[in-house]
Amino acid sequence: MNLVFIRQTYAEDQKNNLPVFTMNYPRIQIPFEITLWVLLASFAKIGFHVYHKITIWVPESCLLISIGLIVGAIMHSVHEEPPAVLTSNVFFLYMLPLIVLESGYFMPTRPFFENIGTVFWFAVVGTLWNSIGIGISLFAICQIPAFGVQDINLQENLLFSAIISAVDPVAVLNVFEDVSVNEQLYIVVFGECLFNDAVTVVLYNMFSFVAEMPVVEPVDVFIGVARFFIVGLGGMAFGILFGFVAAFTTRFTSKVREIEPLFVFMYSYLAYLVAELFAISSIMAIITCALTMKYYVEENVSQRSCTTIRHVIKMLASISETLIFFFLGVVTITTDHEWNWGYILFTLLFAFVWRGLGILVLTQIINPFRTIPFNMKDQFGLAYGGLRGAVSFALAFTLPDTIGRKQLFVTATIAVILFTVFLQGISIRPLIEFINVRRTNRNLETINVEIHCRLMEHTMAGIEDLCGQWSRFYWKDKFMKFNNRILRKILIRDSRAESSIVALYKKLELQNAMEILDTASGDIKLLMIKKFLAADLRNIHDILSKNMYKIRERTVAYRGKHALPNDSQTREILIRRHATIRRSLRPRSFQSSVSYLAQFICIILINYFFCWERGLGFSPARSSSSKAMIPLHRLGTLEEVPSTDVLNEESSSTGEGVFRTNSSYSDSRVPHPRRLNSSFDDNNSSVDDLRNVHEEDGAEQVGQRQPASPAPGWAAEPRETTARNPLLRRPQWNPKKK
Amino acid sequence: MGASQTRPEHNYDDLTDKSGFSQEQIKNLYQRFQQLSGNHEKISRDDLDRIPALNNNPIRKQIITAFFDKRNQHQNDVGSLDEIGFEQFLMVMSHFRPVNSTATEEEKVTVRKQKLRFLFNMHDTDNDGIITLDEYRTVVEELLSQSGAIETEVARSIADAAMLEVASTNVPHMAPDDFYEGITFEHFEQILKGIEMESRMSIRFLDMNTATMRCGKLSS
Repeated sequence: MNLVFIRQTYAEDQKNNLPVFTMNYPRIQIPFEITLWVLLASFAKIGFHVYHKITIWVPESCLLISIGLIVGAIMHSVHEEPPAVLTSNVFFLYMLPLIVLESGYFMPTRPFFENIGTVFWFAVVGTLWNSIGIGISLFAICQIPAFGVQDINLQENLLFSAIISAVDPVAVLNVFEDVSVNEQLYIVVFGECLFNDAVTVVLYNMFSFVAEMPVVEPVDVFIGVARFFIVGLGGMAFGILFGFVAAFTTRFTSKVREIEPLFVFMYSYLAYLVAELFAISSIMAIITCALTMKYYVEENVSQRSCTTIRHVIKMLASISETLIFFFLGVVTITTDHEWNWGYILFTLLFAFVWRGLGILVLTQIINPFRTIPFNMKDQFGLAYGGLRGAVSFALAFTLPDTIGRKQLFVTATIAVILFTVFLQGISIRPLIEFINVRRTNRNLETINVEIHCRLMEHTMAGIEDLCGQWSRFYWKDKFMKFNNRILRKILIRDSRAESSIVALYKKLELQNAMEILDTASGDIKLLMIKKFLAADLRNIHDILSKNMYKIRERTVAYRGKHALPNDSQTREILIRRHATIRRSLRPRSFQSSVSYLAQFICIILINYFFCWERGLGFSPARSSSSKAMIPLHRLGTLEEVPSTDVLNEESSSTGEGVFRTNSSYSDSRVPHPRRLNSSFDDNNSSVDDLRNVHEEDGAEQVGQRQPASPAPGWAAEPRETTARNPLLRRPQWNPKKK
Repeated sequence: MGASQTRPEHNYDDLTDKSGFSQEQIKNLYQRFQQLSGNHEKISRDDLDRIPALNNNPIRKQIITAFFDKRNQHQNDVGSLDEIGFEQFLMVMSHFRPVNSTATEEEKVTVRKQKLRFLFNMHDTDNDGIITLDEYRTVVEELLSQSGAIETEVARSIADAAMLEVASTNVPHMAPDDFYEGITFEHFEQILKGIEMESRMSIRFLDMNTATMRCGKLSS
């Protein structure tokens, strides 16, 4: 309620007192109602997670539709109309692009491109097969007088079947996200439902055009095919164009960081709208735009912008999805339905049957071309995962009114959607587990895996060159070269090529750093961290203001048992305590649980807290995965010191920041300080002893310029390092001898 | 091409059994072999070095060495050869055959092991059965050598991190004084067990007789 002073230009001249309290509902009605609906849907979402078991067995889409049904029933009983905002225009122009943008942006590119042939095969040919099959069978059914639908001609049947054969990305993803099927299956289903839009659009337009024509000629079929290519390829072309423009724009946005995320959204939306303008596949446009753009934009924008972009995309998509399902429920109750048992049941039957057949046949044809063929279980997953959803729904509503049986079609569409989402959506998870479809191993974000993937790629490219054969490694190689040489120079501000291995390494280190901060709770460590940070605030502040996320090490000069670190010889450790960033660094679809190793803050702390010696197995109680600890090394910012020298001078080990994650880190014995010194001498001579360069690492980590006089307590410290570093044989640092 | 007459037909059956390639594939590979060797009987390292396409490959050295490595010959020899004949060439290539979809589980496991073994041999240059940190570092440095100005330090750090990962995954409860020797083959298998080898390390060898004259060497 606002206290509104209404300036009313009333014709009548009334003697009014100054209104103290007024309401002006119509003015705010539309935004108000939209906000309320969104809130209601979001509350529903919160509500589902109260009892978390629900969401395991029932996908969110079902729950949302149910709530929508309930609300719709309430509204119907009070004879209210559903909000006028839900028109198919709103759906296609505002809601759908958000969802598709999210799918495109977070699509795992590597598996996608490896399976691109299969994806397009299923998307195009599969949808065609489905539509034509269902259409013709329904037409056959229509001939049977018993069902009373003889007035539906072939064109209208085909139109209807084009609508319901569209597998819907929203519904499918909602369900498949939780069921961790193997990567190949996931990407094919994912890709198929995103890309079948091209075919659906063409078929829909073609058939709706044709439905109004009395006679269909063969030339129209050819035009249809030509149109398909224009629609599909045009969509992709627009997408790529806008993607490159967006990437290019972000090259220059270093001074206007705050609006960087805007470019991502604006350009993708623009791609969508322009495609809609020309009636080509807007979904393909926005997906290709997101795919193209992502790679370059993420290198150009700041870390904060990157996080913002990801977060906002997810938020918008989530809202959109929620609203769609919600309204699906509401509108189901409030529209006028025309029910025809025969037609609808047969529609359901045919939808199911033709999809199954389609998958079977198409897989047989494409399996020989795949390196990992789909087995029967995968095919079942593919077929069963073909859920229909909101796209069909919206398309049904846009059917021209000239079609006599429009209501029947709408009802049938809703029936199919509800059936597939509820029945298939709920049962797919137990079924997949029951028949034991190959699952995916999501814990693959380790450095070793990354290194070896690259190694394999290069090896295969090399072997292919040797054999003189061209295949996908060859093409990938060529593309990467083109990318590095030309595209990156144009589109990226700072175009030094960075290997994915290095990128992953940096990312993992950053995560580790975050984790340390996050998990250091209730311990002295935390106190120390805070103190440390406070002491260093100015320094950090400068760095923060430059928005750089490099992890460098801070090594502290050891000066005394309880002295605060001396900054003079420190390098910095940049710690960004943003939980959002940490979360944003997690890959979405294959949620890897990278365990965070408490690493390097301890380096600092180790310097002057002897409690460390007591073997505080400082390992964050993180989940599960047995990822190795990754010693934190500065990347390129510290001067390198050759290993033997390291022994000599540095040493300081303040800490090696290598910690074990889950392993119960047991108290480590400290090698006698004596040994330090003697081994130090040894080390010089026997480089072999230092097999694992950890020494060097340890030393590096802690900074090479070492501190002064080792205090007595210091001798104990090194233990930390050795203790935690399995690769270290001897502690190498030694009291610094100047 | 006259060169093909030097290889009598009946040897192909032998090779088919040993390497698992089909006759057509062997013929194609033989043509390629002739191209690379300049129509001699054996290929030397220089011949492989001269392939222009390999120049851009960061690990070309390792790949070429792999061909001359006796361990990749499916026998229990160690050491390296100076030259290889067609049969050895085929044996190395057979590591990259895709798995037959009709293969049994055991066969698949064997094939996977083979491929992993190939990779392992690429790392383990001194053939002591374990990958030491130095060996691992060399490989990582090579891998990263092409992507911009990566200092050796970074490559080393990464190699170290990777070794640590292996150590902690495989030997989680190491006492502080323990020394992790290196990655054994079992550990290697363990860390890579999530990866699908079949798709990543297979080439579909051509069955048809398409001559791909990439080297520019004309067979006389």
